[in-house]
Amino acid sequence: MDCDVVVVGAGIVGSACARTLARAGLSVTVVDRGAAAGGTTAHGEGNLLVSDKRPGAELDIAQYSARLWRELSVELADELGPGFPSLEFEEKGGLVVATEERGAGPLLELAESQRQAGARVRVLTASEALRLEPELTPSAVAAVHYPEDGQVQPVIAAEALLASARRAGARILPHTEVTGPVLTESGELTGVQSTAGTIRAPHVVVAAGPWSARVASSLGATIPVVPRRGMVLVTTRMRHRIFRKVYDADYVGAVGSNGSELQTSSVIESTASGTVLIGSSRQMIGFDDRLRVNVLEELALKATQLFPFLRMASVMRVYGGFRPFTPDHLPLIGPDAMVPGLWHANGHEGAGIGLAPATAEILGALIRRESPAVAAAPYLPGRPALASVGGVR
Amino acid sequence: MADVLVIGAGPAGLAAAAAAREAGGEVTLLDSSDVLGGQYWRHLPDSRPAERERLLHHGWDTFTALRRRLESDPHVRIVTSAQVWAIERDTGVPAVVHVLVGPPDAGGRQRLALRPDAVVFATGAHDRTLPFPGWDLPGVFTGGAAQALAKGERIAVGRRVLVAGAGPFLLPVAASLTQTGATVVGVLEANRLSTLVKGWAPRPWQLASTHAKARELAGYVANHVRHAIPYRTGRAVVAAHGTDRVTSVTTAAVDAAWTPIAGTERTVEVDAVCVSHGFTPRLELAIAAGCALTPDRFVMTGPDQQTNVVGLYAAGEITGIGGVDLAMAEGSIAGWAAAGGPPDDKAVRDGRRRRAAYRAFAARLEAAHGIRPGWTGWLDSHTIVCRCEEVSFGRLCGAADATSTTSLRSLKLSSRAALGICQGRMCGRSVEEILAGRVAGGRLRDEVVADQRPIAVPIRLGDLAARRDPEPPTASPSQSPTPNETE
Repeated sequence: MDCDVVVVGAGIVGSACARTLARAGLSVTVVDRGAAAGGTTAHGEGNLLVSDKRPGAELDIAQYSARLWRELSVELADELGPGFPSLEFEEKGGLVVATEERGAGPLLELAESQRQAGARVRVLTASEALRLEPELTPSAVAAVHYPEDGQVQPVIAAEALLASARRAGARILPHTEVTGPVLTESGELTGVQSTAGTIRAPHVVVAAGPWSARVASSLGATIPVVPRRGMVLVTTRMRHRIFRKVYDADYVGAVGSNGSELQTSSVIESTASGTVLIGSSRQMIGFDDRLRVNVLEELALKATQLFPFLRMASVMRVYGGFRPFTPDHLPLIGPDAMVPGLWHANGHEGAGIGLAPATAEILGALIRRESPAVAAAPYLPGRPALASVGGVR
Repeated sequence: MADVLVIGAGPAGLAAAAAAREAGGEVTLLDSSDVLGGQYWRHLPDSRPAERERLLHHGWDTFTALRRRLESDPHVRIVTSAQVWAIERDTGVPAVVHVLVGPPDAGGRQRLALRPDAVVFATGAHDRTLPFPGWDLPGVFTGGAAQALAKGERIAVGRRVLVAGAGPFLLPVAASLTQTGATVVGVLEANRLSTLVKGWAPRPWQLASTHAKARELAGYVANHVRHAIPYRTGRAVVAAHGTDRVTSVTTAAVDAAWTPIAGTERTVEVDAVCVSHGFTPRLELAIAAGCALTPDRFVMTGPDQQTNVVGLYAAGEITGIGGVDLAMAEGSIAGWAAAGGPPDDKAVRDGRRRRAAYRAFAARLEAAHGIRPGWTGWLDSHTIVCRCEEVSFGRLCGAADATSTTSLRSLKLSSRAALGICQGRMCGRSVEEILAGRVAGGRLRDEVVADQRPIAVPIRLGDLAARRDPEPPTASPSQSPTPNETE
């Protein structure tokens, strides 16, 4: 064997898995068909959210991961030293705002159920919301503050996890594409063929984000992960006038939906560098990466409704990326249902940055045949909820 | 009649618009400036006519004749102060071109969405200045900026000026400076004489048909002799000094790879320095439209200047840095073809002949004057590479080392270089070259290049949120109706 584990994908999830596994003493090789942190990781805001998670399996893993990020941000900074670019980890809190009466009820109901499940939740009056975010539209009818919501700079976070993995002995092979399986005579997966040659390992982890179904398919497995396109606008730098992550309440509905048509809802925040990030859109159009001005127009319109001062702000960049969508909005973490030796750490849709540390811990425990800190059953690739769903090749 | 959209009204775009009309097309000509002519024929606004334009510009009569012809043609709609901010591809037409009309940075600019039958990209190039310690001091100018001030404002950037960098562009910069009253204390070409000879000398008879070019150069050389300006090769400005403003520069001899040679430094007192090392093509619109690039990063074109996308053509500096004559030859071929003119018509034969001659000239230009990788040798860790985000060479290298990255995107996001308001127009290629010099093989395998800018110019959120305008802009000198507009 060349190593104990091959991780396919060097985005945030693959990097977190590589680090956890390498620090547990396993020898790890990470392959990526491009450079590290170049896919979905490099095309989003870096959300660490509790606010958009429904009580149950979604919220459980989100809260667990939020705790891990708090620890990780300190550990990584200590380990990598001041020469490493800052992760820009910030528990800045989130403010979910309903701008119409019909959105207020569902928002308050969700908040109450999250509170009962142990999330920190504070229901605000309109004037309290304006005190937190003075530039907010005065037409807000309800608002909920989630102090646990945070963010990291996702590319730096992924590079930091990878650098830490490297220090623990992991080998990183960028620009290396998986081309097929290495199988034992009895048909068990025991490594991958790649453009850098054969890599033998008893465990292969697919952490290829929205491309995971393709990778899994090349290794003989079928999973229901499909790309869901999203776009983010980036403004020029300005004085900080937005202090938290601020979402329109319909964001939660968009995240929870399975619709393939274009949906947009405001997710707005400032970054450490002074730019403002404006999301979010959801569209199931395969891997179509063409710029569509109507999407940008919708995002702009909704952003200026939430923060009227943004009308005069200039957009200078746009990110377009693909989220790895699953039909039940939960990631796939654990052994493949059919192919022994194949593991999954994918399908996080828009929550991959937030859920990466928890995913790595759960996967690491399962590979080492230990019991994870959060019950793995809801996330297992063989879970009944996915049984009825056809695979996507 | 084909609706032909020409983006850019410099030499290539003007020639394309004229040729498209000859072939019977209906033409819309856009330029981001408030006047026609591009960088090459940059001039005082018409409200301040100057009698000396002709002396300051080569081919001024060619320009004014073209301008007159296009402005008086009812089938040519000219839209100035028009910035293309986005292009949509694969929509059933060659491209949907989104335009903002009005002063840059102003709110409430008019928005247009054009759906032409064919597009000629003639977006030109801007001059590229490599960073060096002190290059961010007031008094340090790019050659292009100095020339724009001289041609467009009649302002000299200083009294004692050194011109440095690479390429024949340094000569017109020096000429413009002397014409506005500055003393040019010298022109430094970084490439060594042996490189220049190797680049220019082979098969000299091939240059015979480019005598116009030679005449233009001879004019600059005469200017040099007249003003007794020393021209030195194999030497570069490696640092600028001063507190509030540049007061002196350090020059040094460089080897064939442009690595500075220790012990050859000299100090020159100046109150301004103009530095240009070549040109960067403005590729973002062509890239957004789906046009493929050549390995040396110009728009790939075929015999009719067509790109790989049906209905899209490219002409001028975005297909290769070759100067005004090549740009006009390419423009005339592209405009003719874009309007559906028959390919073997005698109207384009002359353009083809000129294009062949001047392409040879362009190849020599690159061989003689191209940027060499040793330039990073004159950087120190405090040298600002990205001026928008104030990222130093040290911070850039620190981020690259810490992450061991092989990716331009990752390096940009971890260092913030090239993420500022200019979107890497100034520093993008320098950041790429610095990173490439640090990865195994000296070549980036990323598909991401610094020339990608899906939002080509900043747009106010309020303008983006507003509906697109149904009417042609009133600022247009020509009011011909355009059937090809939407919404």
